[in-house]
Amino acid sequence: MIDPRVKAIEERTKDVKRIIPVVSGKGGVGKSLVSATLSLILKDMGYKVGLLDLDFHGASAHIILNADISKLPEEEKGVIPPEVEGFKFMSIVFYSEDKATPLRGIEISDALIELMAITRWNTLDFLIIDMPPGMGDQLLDILRFLKRGEFVVVATPSPLTINVVQKLLSLLIEQKMKILGIIENMVRDLSTIKKIAAEKNVEYLGEVKFDPNIDRSIGRAKDILTTNFGRDIKKIAEKISRSGDY
Amino acid sequence: MHEWALADGILKTVLEFAEKHNAKSVKKVTIVLGELQDVELEIVEFALNEMKKGTIAQNAEFSFKEEEAIFKCRNCGYTWKLKDVENKLNGEMREDIHFVPDVVHTFISCPKCGSRDFEVVKGRGVYISEIVVED
Repeated sequence: MIDPRVKAIEERTKDVKRIIPVVSGKGGVGKSLVSATLSLILKDMGYKVGLLDLDFHGASAHIILNADISKLPEEEKGVIPPEVEGFKFMSIVFYSEDKATPLRGIEISDALIELMAITRWNTLDFLIIDMPPGMGDQLLDILRFLKRGEFVVVATPSPLTINVVQKLLSLLIEQKMKILGIIENMVRDLSTIKKIAAEKNVEYLGEVKFDPNIDRSIGRAKDILTTNFGRDIKKIAEKISRSGDY
Repeated sequence: MHEWALADGILKTVLEFAEKHNAKSVKKVTIVLGELQDVELEIVEFALNEMKKGTIAQNAEFSFKEEEAIFKCRNCGYTWKLKDVENKLNGEMREDIHFVPDVVHTFISCPKCGSRDFEVVKGRGVYISEIVVED
């Protein structure tokens, strides 16, 4: 038995210049907010952007962006990701009607392959992928199917994060993946991740100060950009845009 | 229709297989269509016949087999068919499943014990079961 969808994945992303999976070892470090805000800022900088939410069990990009998910994405020789806030957006929630979707490993992998095989991103400068936490199915599938991904690792200064981030970085380095760098989110006073970045010889993309007001902007994309969180992410987005070799 | 995207994947996979085996041409391809995904055979067939022109598969015969969808509960072991639970699925749900068959776990549960932890044993989606090439 041969799965014809795998070839289709290559085809669907061939006109995407840069693919940036946003990953973390631990959950709750702000990956979704970082991914959505990066997408908003890169779009404002004039780039063509796509955002793919692959966190099937914890999909939240549509909440952050207040995306209308009531209609199925348009079909045309595949599926055209709808425009949300000026960029293309795809998530399993369009198909799960935003209900609980209990999936095991093989089913997660199948759903991921299906989504990637049917979504026509066309020409993009950046495809940002909001990944689930950890080193499970989605990460392994991205390592398998999107070898040119440039990983952004999100971490917090918490001692609970450090050990897991070290493991994640070791895995990505061992697998010879390109790592754009680490974002240290929710920094209150002292950074702990700078040291880890230096030890692993990975770029420290910047720190994002803990912003107690950020939750009030969830669902209002424009407001996110005016928060301290948004301003810190903007500096990082500028760094990422300059890091491309085109 | 997203059948075109599936057909595109099928043809590219077949051509890659033929190239790897240094084949002169592709004679026959058998494609299995799972009942759960409910793809329109006519569209896949039409798309393949359009896209194969000018490739080494241009004279290939594409044949299709439909596979019944069968589920097995991981919790209680009960086995059932799609037609046993079809009344639980409305048109919108069928369309959602058509695009991403795995969301079936959102919409149905084991008819016996109610668990959503079940396996799609057969008939999930589209795959290639046979490629015959000429050396």
